Formats: sequence, C-alpha cells, structure tokens
Amino acid sequence: MKNILELHDVSMVYGSVTALRNITLSIRQGEWTAIMGSSGSGKTTLMNVVGCMNKPTHGTVILDGEKISRLNAKELTAIRRDRIGLIFQEFHLISYLTAVENVMLAQYYHSMADEEEALQALERVGLGHRAGHLPRQLSGGEQQRLCIARALINHPKLILADEPTGNLDESNQAAVLEIFHKLHDAGSTIIVVTHSPEVAEHAERIVQLEFGRMVRDGAPARPMVA
Amino acid sequence: MNRRKMYAKMVFCSMLRRRSRLALALTAVIIGATVVLGMGAVYFDIPRQMGREFRSYGANLVLVPAGANAALSPRELRKAEELLPADKLVGMTPLRYETLYYSKQGLTALGVDMDAARKTGPYRQVHGAWPEADNQVLVGTDIAENARLYAGTSIVLEAVPPRGRRIKKEFTVSGILRTGGPEDAFVLMPARALEALLGSPGRADAAEISLAADSGEITRLAEQIRDEIPGIAPRPVKRIMRSEATVLNKLRILVCLVTVVVLLLTMVCVGTGMMTVVMERRKEIGLKKALGAEKRSIIGEFAGEGVVLACAGALLGSCTGYVFAQVVSMSVFGREVSLPVFLVGLTLCASLLVTLTASFFPVSRAAEVEPATALRGE
Repeated sequence: MKNILELHDVSMVYGSVTALRNITLSIRQGEWTAIMGSSGSGKTTLMNVVGCMNKPTHGTVILDGEKISRLNAKELTAIRRDRIGLIFQEFHLISYLTAVENVMLAQYYHSMADEEEALQALERVGLGHRAGHLPRQLSGGEQQRLCIARALINHPKLILADEPTGNLDESNQAAVLEIFHKLHDAGSTIIVVTHSPEVAEHAERIVQLEFGRMVRDGAPARPMVA
Repeated sequence: MNRRKMYAKMVFCSMLRRRSRLALALTAVIIGATVVLGMGAVYFDIPRQMGREFRSYGANLVLVPAGANAALSPRELRKAEELLPADKLVGMTPLRYETLYYSKQGLTALGVDMDAARKTGPYRQVHGAWPEADNQVLVGTDIAENARLYAGTSIVLEAVPPRGRRIKKEFTVSGILRTGGPEDAFVLMPARALEALLGSPGRADAAEISLAADSGEITRLAEQIRDEIPGIAPRPVKRIMRSEATVLNKLRILVCLVTVVVLLLTMVCVGTGMMTVVMERRKEIGLKKALGAEKRSIIGEFAGEGVVLACAGALLGSCTGYVFAQVVSMSVFGREVSLPVFLVGLTLCASLLVTLTASFFPVSRAAEVEPATALRGE
C-alpha cells in the first residue's frame, strides 16, 4: 500500500516555543492512525500541519504525492478543500444552516451543492431524519455525526479527526467509533488525534507525542476492538 | 439547490440571525439614505422654491425702449410677454411716468397694471388698500406726509397735455405706499386711469418683469427679446440676479455639507457594525476557510450582506427621505417639494458606496482570518 502522507524532519516553532521537533512519519493509504499525547504535546499542531492549516517552520510534508509544506495559502486551501475531511471536537457547525445545508456547505466550497448527495451522506451517519433540523436542535452525538457527514461529502483522501469523541458520552462515542470502523473497512485513511487510550485502541497504529517529540509509533497494546 | 441559492441562503440567514447587531448599521444606512434623498430633493428644488421667494426682491428683468423708439407700444409688450415662459412668469407690468399736479404742485404719477405691480413688487407696502377701481390711487408716503393725505381722502389731480386744455379729475386715495425708494414720492395709479386723464393711450416708458428663473435663463430670454423685438432693450437686473445666485450657491453648499457629514457618520456606524459582526463570526469564517473557502468567497459573502444592507436601507430611507423632504420644504418654503425619480437611484448608489466602503476594512480582516487560530477561538 502506498504512503498517503509523509513527514520528514518536521518542526514547528511559535516564537520561543517549539511545538513539534523533527517529526518523521509515514502513513499508508487506508491506515487508521491515532495520535496520542497529553495536553501541550503537539498533537493538535501536528494535525494543523497535516490538515494544511499551518505550514511547518522546518521539514517536508508530502500529501498524496504532493509536497504541501511549501505551498502558498491559496494552494493549501485547495488541498484542504479537495483532499482532506476535517472533524472537530467542538463540531463547528454553522448555527443558522440546517443539518443538510451544513453538509452542502462543504460541497458549495468544493464544487456544486447537491442536496440529494448530502441527504445520502446524512443517511449514512444515521441522520437522514434530522436533515431539516438546526444544529441546536441536535444532540452532541448527532452534531458530531453531522460533522463527520460534512467531512466525508467530498470523498477526501485523508480524514483528520481532532478529539472527535471529546465532547461525547459513552453511547455517542461508540456510535462515532462505529462510523470510523465502517470508513476504515471501506478503505478510508483516518488520523484521529486523541488523548483517550480507549479511542486510540480502536486504531491500527498509535503515534505518541511528548513535548513535540514522537516517543512511540506502533500497534496498540490491546487487540483492536471490532 | 444550486450555488446561487446556497449563497443567498447563507447571506440572508446570517443577516437574520444577527439582526440585532445589524439593526444599528441598518438604522445608520436608513438615516443616511433619508438625508441623501431628502436633501437631494431640496437641493434640486431650491432654485424653484427660492425663485418664488426671491420674487419678493422685485423685478429681475426690465424692458426699456431701444434706439430711436421713445416708448414701448402695447403690441411690443404683448410680443415680449409671449416670449416668456408662462409657468415662470410671476408678473409683468408696463410703467408709464407722467407729471401731474396736485394743488398746483407737480408730482410724478406712475401708471401700472395694479394686479401685476403687486406681483412684480411685493416690497411695495400699502397702508390701506390697493386700488380696485380706476378712480382710486396709491399715494407715496412722502407726498402723504407733506399733503396730510390718508386712505379714503379725495384728491384732485390735474394733467397738462402738451397741447389742449388742462384736465382735472378727482380720485380717492385707497392707500399710502411705502417702498423705501423713489416710489415714496410718486402717485401710483392704474395705467388705464392715467391714459384716460392724459388722453394718449397705449404707451409705456418701461416694463418690469418678475421671472422665477435663474440668471442664465433670464439672460437667455433677454437676448431672445432683444433679437426678436428690435424696439425693446431688455435689461436684466444684475444686482438681484447676483444676490439670488449667491444665496442659492450658499444654500446648495450647506445642503451638500450636511449630506456629506451624515454620510460620513453613516460610514462610521456601518463600519463599526460590520467589524462587530466579523469579530463575532471569526470561528465561522475559520471553519469556512478550513472547509476550503477561498478569500474571495468570504469577501463575496460579506459583500452580499453589505449589498442587502444597503438596498434595504436605501429602500426604507427613500420612503422616510420623501417624508423628510416634504417636512423640510413645508417648514422652510411653505410648499411641497417635487421628487425627481433619479434621486431614488442616486440614494441607492450612495447607500451602496457608503456601505461597501465602510465594510471594506472589516471584510478584509475577515478574509485574512487564519482557520487554525480562529477555530481555537483565539
């Protein structure tokens, strides 16, 4: 399986703070990777670099064969739009748009808003019946599933999830992880940033960060939960 | 749903959700539009409104005989009147100066068309009443004081034609005339009565005309009369025309200044409102950029909101502006103002210009939002 993402000696410095130190990492297509670490370990910084929202101060990032670490803002925007699906801990839904319109928003910036396709995406995450509801009318779990539907609508090469279960109770966490399993089974490449070992254990690979350094890269200690 | 519908949905829903924030900006645009339309209507109507007011200064065009012509004939005066636009002609009266005698004392009698003279010389103040019959006259205040004449007194005026016997006729003083000028020493009487007394009808030494027109138009009409009626030398009263032009210009400058100041204040209010909205929506902008929105998409969405704000403000402001213009015109000039249709378009353009200019800086800030920073809530 070819590498979808490669980081070579990536560092990120904010003023006097070094958030990432010489990270070298490859992720294969279809792999489910968990990036773990305590608060301030650099995992969100790593996600922002991989998600084309920040450029590294040093090193090379190659996504889907394209060196993205030296692209300008407009080119990075195009990469985010076409190849990356973002899932956030705080959902970040547009409050004045309905569920289906929130999904269509990603289509709108990508190419063409297609309501039928957006409804199908909602059906896939079990929200078909909530298409006309505003985010405030949805539960936390439903909002996260909506966020996932939005991330998937443009068929991204890489799904980046930042603490996707951080604001969810156990049952909703299980529902979200089940969706990730389905995506993984379907061949999607998933990177989940989490501080939760329970969530990380669902991945087939765990990358551990501490103070911006990669201190572990390997399979979970326990067998994967199906 | 196509792209346009999605765009419209985002613009309108976003504005509705932040209606309380945008209410201040909308109010500012409405006030700006009200002032632009109201002041614009007054600006363009000032010459018409003030033209009528300025007629109280007196005639602004005088006709006198030209060349060898010793007097103006009724035919020449009729022809001159036909050349003048009826809707702008406030009044036109022939003036005939003759010497009459009262108690063997010579005095100047001025024969006029009484109705027209009231219009061409609103400055003529009469204590008593204006003559309503051919046997009634106005006596200038200087004569009245010297001869102790009052309204209602009878006087006998005597004419001495070049040839023939003296003619006497009794008149009633209907009122005492005060102008503050030479006419205070005149007897003002109906032209027909003067002609009958002298037995030589139809001639005038001059004619005074009051026109509700600007100096350019009066000059043009004077040239037309000069060209078409050789016996008449038209003389625009430049002192009055210059005064009118000066006052009009100052009024127009004042109106413009007020409008510009209000538009600047509108710009500040709209800019502040838009900046508040942008700051509140940083996370939303960050999310949109994270989803792949380009700068031009973000600018387009905020510009769309600005256009909606400007159009709504211009529409509502045009209605309130019309009322404002009527209130100003009625209270200042005492008559209704006419509203040129193009002013509504001008108001819309001004609202768009002010709103989009005021939105420029906040929208530029919005376009520069870093998605990672904004999503962190920083």
